Amino acid sequence: MAETAGAHGAGSQGGDHGDEATRRDFLYLTAGAFTVIGGAVAIWPFINSMNPSADVLAAGGPVDVDLTPLEEGQAITVMWRGEPMFVRYRTQAEIEAARETPLDDLIDPQTDEERVKPGHEQYLVVRGICTHLGCVPLGQRQGDERGEYGGWYCPCHGSHYDTSGRIRRGPAPMNLIVPPYTFADDKTVVIGEEGEAAA
Amino acid sequence: MKRITLAAVAAALALAAGPAMAAEEGQQASGHGVEIAAQDWSWDGIFGGFDQQQLQRGYYVYEQVCASCHSLELVAFRNLHDLGFNDEQVQAIASNWTVPDLDQETGQAITRPALPADRFPSPFPNPIAARFANNGALPPDLSVIAKARADGADYLYALLTGYVDAPQGVDVPVGKYYNAAFPGHIISMPPPLSDGRVEYIDGTPATVDQLARDVSAFLMWAAEPALVERKELGVKVILFLIVLAGITYAVKRKVWSDVEH
Amino acid sequence: MSGPSQPSQFTGAVGWIDRRLPVFSYLEKEYRQFPAPRNFNYFWNFGAIATVMLVVMMATGIVLAMQYTPHVDMAFNSVERIMRDVNNGWLLRYLHMNGASMFFIAVYIHIFRGLWYGSYKQPRELLWILGVVLLVLMMATAFMGYVLPWGQMSFWGAKVITNLFSAIPLVGDSITTWLWGGFTVDNPTLNRFFSLHYLLPFVIFGVVILHVIALHVVGSNNPLGIDPKSPRDTVPFHPYYTAKDSFGIVVFLIVYAAFVFFAPNFMGHPDNYIPADPLLTPAHIVPEWYFLPFYAILRSVDFDIWFIDAKLGGVLAMFGALVVLALAPWLDRSPVRSCRFRPVYRWFLVLLVIDLIALGYVGANAPDDEILSGLGITWLDLGHIAMPWYFIHFLVVMPLVGKFERPLPLPLSIRDAVLPTRGGAPMTTAAPSKQA
Repeated sequence: MAETAGAHGAGSQGGDHGDEATRRDFLYLTAGAFTVIGGAVAIWPFINSMNPSADVLAAGGPVDVDLTPLEEGQAITVMWRGEPMFVRYRTQAEIEAARETPLDDLIDPQTDEERVKPGHEQYLVVRGICTHLGCVPLGQRQGDERGEYGGWYCPCHGSHYDTSGRIRRGPAPMNLIVPPYTFADDKTVVIGEEGEAAA
Repeated sequence: MKRITLAAVAAALALAAGPAMAAEEGQQASGHGVEIAAQDWSWDGIFGGFDQQQLQRGYYVYEQVCASCHSLELVAFRNLHDLGFNDEQVQAIASNWTVPDLDQETGQAITRPALPADRFPSPFPNPIAARFANNGALPPDLSVIAKARADGADYLYALLTGYVDAPQGVDVPVGKYYNAAFPGHIISMPPPLSDGRVEYIDGTPATVDQLARDVSAFLMWAAEPALVERKELGVKVILFLIVLAGITYAVKRKVWSDVEH
Repeated sequence: MSGPSQPSQFTGAVGWIDRRLPVFSYLEKEYRQFPAPRNFNYFWNFGAIATVMLVVMMATGIVLAMQYTPHVDMAFNSVERIMRDVNNGWLLRYLHMNGASMFFIAVYIHIFRGLWYGSYKQPRELLWILGVVLLVLMMATAFMGYVLPWGQMSFWGAKVITNLFSAIPLVGDSITTWLWGGFTVDNPTLNRFFSLHYLLPFVIFGVVILHVIALHVVGSNNPLGIDPKSPRDTVPFHPYYTAKDSFGIVVFLIVYAAFVFFAPNFMGHPDNYIPADPLLTPAHIVPEWYFLPFYAILRSVDFDIWFIDAKLGGVLAMFGALVVLALAPWLDRSPVRSCRFRPVYRWFLVLLVIDLIALGYVGANAPDDEILSGLGITWLDLGHIAMPWYFIHFLVVMPLVGKFERPLPLPLSIRDAVLPTRGGAPMTTAAPSKQA
């Protein structure tokens, strides 16, 4: 200690060079780097604790929907992960209306075929949340306003969806989202599980 | 002077940390005056973890013996993955249990097979019913029992193997039992285990000792499922901090080296 | 010295801010240049360590509060849900749970440091009182936090401590009913405790700032207890004490981590893993270790004093224990600060520590149990000696020893005492005469 003080004394502000300075800079850098890395790693548990917890994830497992009571032209709403999922049994006219629409007329171009499962074209399954700001569109119940295109109508800011759940008019930027789902059999749809031949 | 202070502080820290490092999981000295013998457990020590085979055996003991009276309501079937069961096994185990639910159409109370996301159902609908069915005694929930009793798993093992004949002069009321480990010795729970009470799939001889050991381990896991993760992280954190302590000490020495002190 | 119109020593964006809000000047002055006596020992780390613990407690507490449910039917299970289902929830909860104990360890060492080196004496009286206020706030926060998991000890601890207020004459029962928001400790109580448990740390944080401001007005004490007389007696706070504090903090964190990761329930009580049951009192209601000496003082007053009955007496003694601590600056009549130069008082201070440890054991054990079976001495008997001694120490020993003790000669300056003497005997003064 004494020799260090003798060698540098008060002039150690910046006049020194060589091994001593290098060793000190190295120490400071190492200490700083360790503290920064340690601090950054220590923050992660705090952030991660706000991600969905194990029970929340488990409760968000797939739901089975029995389609037997559903008749042509009717729709049902089921809950999955705390949100409404729309299942509509479309009439032939509704399917044709959706398929005949030219892609050029669409805000978010997507064919009807891309939005249903082959062999089960009559069933449209979409997340019942307007892609604008998250309201639940009308159109599930008989007598609901269904908008200009016969699908759904979001009353919050006037978005119109067609019979394929595609956005046609209004402020919403995207079509109603198709959740992962698959058909366990002709009359049972499993929402939340990706089918093998997912479109 | 500096060195003496440093040594004193280090000694004080060691005194504080020593018992902490030596302490067994979930343990505290009991105040009941009953000596509970310490057992060897797989999770003892800094690197100790759970023995999945043992936990699986312990689970079967819970399922076939304890579950008829004791709930485990904080544990979910999905947690059984920790025991080494795969998805299908967990599904199969869950479906053996029924849980209460509501009929989504009629709103009537129904029961349905459990799903992995469900927690273990309670054997009684409420504490009153549990007392009524058990001569007024309430079988406690077992989810955190290993942390809720002084001496933890050692106590559970001692209790389960502690059914002995009452010493002369001790009057055991009808419907009660004598247990060497239970505080006060008079216990309402009938001896739950007997040799061969559970048939182990892995062929381990199902002696009372083995059954008690396995179910105590299972209950330790149920109370502290993050134990293995905790210790693994702890080793890393402490190693990191020791290195950081070394570096900061070197920095401190360096900083002070140009000052006479 | 530096007037408001003086240009900032900083340039660029930092300078722009600093000319309008002199935070950087403040940091520069108070945490970089701030002259600190050059002879701090490692006891001087514990202020910084306590600050770190406060930050850790607030950080973990904020994220835990996002997952916790303050309802009697759900509180226990919501804590267990944190332990089981929330990502890293067990880590955050154990950090918080053991952090409370570690915070108290740091603060108790910090207080002992103040007592040993006379840091409470003139001109630091207000600094000391702010410290006692911090201790009281911490105790209130820790007590209410312990209620939140709604285990057996939570419930019965809450019941016993809130019942203390029923000892107040005339209005006691009204006050307890008001505290509870009901006829007993119940859901309204849990809700308000949660609210206050979240609020008080911010109050503590504010008082810590006052504590630090008060410290920086008069400067730090030091192991010699004499004031720095020249710049040669001090070093700038940064980098000398920032480096030393950093090392101390990391060593403290190692101990903290040892508890969190390898014995997380060592300082807890098993009964608090039993959900609260208003019909069944645990065999022994024991507070957390950091309250044990105070709890022992409460219980050791089991006799009426004149017109004060035992119940009120116990409560008064417990709060009185904190009051006499706050009055230390005026009770101690010695002009010498550091125990290094107080050959008599230092032994009394050691005795006080032993007394507090004894009180801790008294608080942890059932009053009527014998200390050693067969001897016939109960823990309560020990309490009957240790409890009065605590008060005798402050009310009798402190004034009298200060008056009659002959202090050792004090060094002329910190530098003289610290640096190796250059031949000859160390220069000293005679013991200073009593200050006016």
